Amino acid sequence: MSEGTPIIQIRGLSKTFVTDHEIMALRNIDLDVQKGDIFGIIGMSGAGKSTLLRCIALLETPTSGTIEIEGRDISTLRGRDLIALRKQIGVIFQGYHLLMQRTVRRNIAFPLELEHKSKEEIARRTDELLEIVGLSDKANAYPSQLSGGQKQRVAIARALASNPKIILCDEPTSALDSVTTKSILQLLTDINRNLGVSVMIITHEIGVVRAICNKVAVINDGLFVEQGEMPGIFQKPTNAVTRLLLGLGEEDE
Amino acid sequence: MGDFAKYIPEFLTGTQETLYMVLVSAMFAYLVGLPLGVWVTITDRDGLRPNRAINSVLSVIINVGRSVPFIILIVALIPLTRFLVGTSIGPTAAIVALSVAAAPFVARMVETSLKEIDLGMIEAARTMGATDWQIIFRVMLPESVPSLIRGLSITIITLVGYSAMAGAVGGGGLGFIAISYGYNRFKDDVMLVTVILMIAIVSAIQLLFELVAKAVDKKNR
Ligand SMILES: Nc1ncnc2c1ncn2[C@@H]1O[C@H](COP(=O)(O)OP(=O)(O)OP(=O)(O)O)[C@@H](O)[C@H]1O
Ligand SMILES: [Mg+2]
Repeated sequence: MSEGTPIIQIRGLSKTFVTDHEIMALRNIDLDVQKGDIFGIIGMSGAGKSTLLRCIALLETPTSGTIEIEGRDISTLRGRDLIALRKQIGVIFQGYHLLMQRTVRRNIAFPLELEHKSKEEIARRTDELLEIVGLSDKANAYPSQLSGGQKQRVAIARALASNPKIILCDEPTSALDSVTTKSILQLLTDINRNLGVSVMIITHEIGVVRAICNKVAVINDGLFVEQGEMPGIFQKPTNAVTRLLLGLGEEDE
Repeated sequence: MGDFAKYIPEFLTGTQETLYMVLVSAMFAYLVGLPLGVWVTITDRDGLRPNRAINSVLSVIINVGRSVPFIILIVALIPLTRFLVGTSIGPTAAIVALSVAAAPFVARMVETSLKEIDLGMIEAARTMGATDWQIIFRVMLPESVPSLIRGLSITIITLVGYSAMAGAVGGGGLGFIAISYGYNRFKDDVMLVTVILMIAIVSAIQLLFELVAKAVDKKNR
């Protein structure tokens, strides 16, 4: 599956934030995500992980470099084309960002309402999505009545609503306990296998990468220090940052 | 308190006039203040469409509007009131000044409510392909309904206070009764009843709106 146009192709991506001083959050990043990948991006706090995801999600404008989704440069898209592209990319966040005044069902319906889909179609599709994420019994609950894991399931269903080709996840399990984390990761794996959605997952936990990723990039201080296939890349780690993330001391052999 | 009963019709009319002035001017104030509040919010630095120039102009208009003392506003608006209503006295005339005074107040209240929203929610909507328009009408406004209701309650209560002032200078309502009987004719008991009625109106509004806000709020329950 590793030939053909990558679903995400990034070349020379840099992002500098200018506040009272300049912060180089991303430096010259190259990245290929192939269709069907579950691509992990791992790094420590402040490494630039969220910035990378936000650039792909069009929430941040790169300082330089290009991002192509299925061969199309995303920085050139405007209006309808831009909205169409956004619908190809689902995004889920650590903080869920659900609409608190809407029920679970209406949260999932939100992207469909934006497209002015008919009532019947929205009802049918939300039923389907509730089923996929296992929340059919919570359809009429409000987010404030759900656990963290359930909220993330709603966010995943909502991200799937417009049939995206890619799901970008920014630390989707970092606020969850280990059992819930496992079930959310399982759900993402199922979605990847059954619906053919490519997944990019950002994390600072090596366990997440080990559990579901087929490829991984290690990011440190805005740079990719290592990139490759799982599990090979972690078998004889030489890079200091990778070793640190793996929990190997410098003195270990 | 012997001849007290003969004032009852006056109290009834006074209460009615007060409610009429307050509710109609609240409506006009929201007609202007709500869009103004949305506009100033989205043009702010981290708003949907940051625009420093527009934001500064709107801010100045709102601040100036809010800092003109109400009694001066009434007088300054007499020509406009005459033009619009045909007279500068009576409850309908008072609505002009009350609306003008409350609109910038409403704009700020709306802005405060809208800024309580989690910015992440707006970004999430953005990633789903929502337009600015859809974000305003499907995220920002609906998500702040409980807070907007509480703002409406504060606006109405403030207007009750202002309406008494308007009443005292010829606007009718309970304020007019308080001045013409209680003050000019030394009827302390009439004054007292007016005050009690005002307190009752304010408390009722506060209670009612708080109940409604609680009932519709699905976030903090
Ligand atoms: N909007 C911004 N303005 C200024 N600096 C920013 C902004 N967003 C991120 N940064 C800076 O860019 C760097 C990378 O931040 P980023 O959020 O991408 O890190 P991260 O790897 O996601 O970290 P964490 O694991 O803590 O979420 C940090 O130094 C951060 O302070
Ligand atoms: Mg982050």
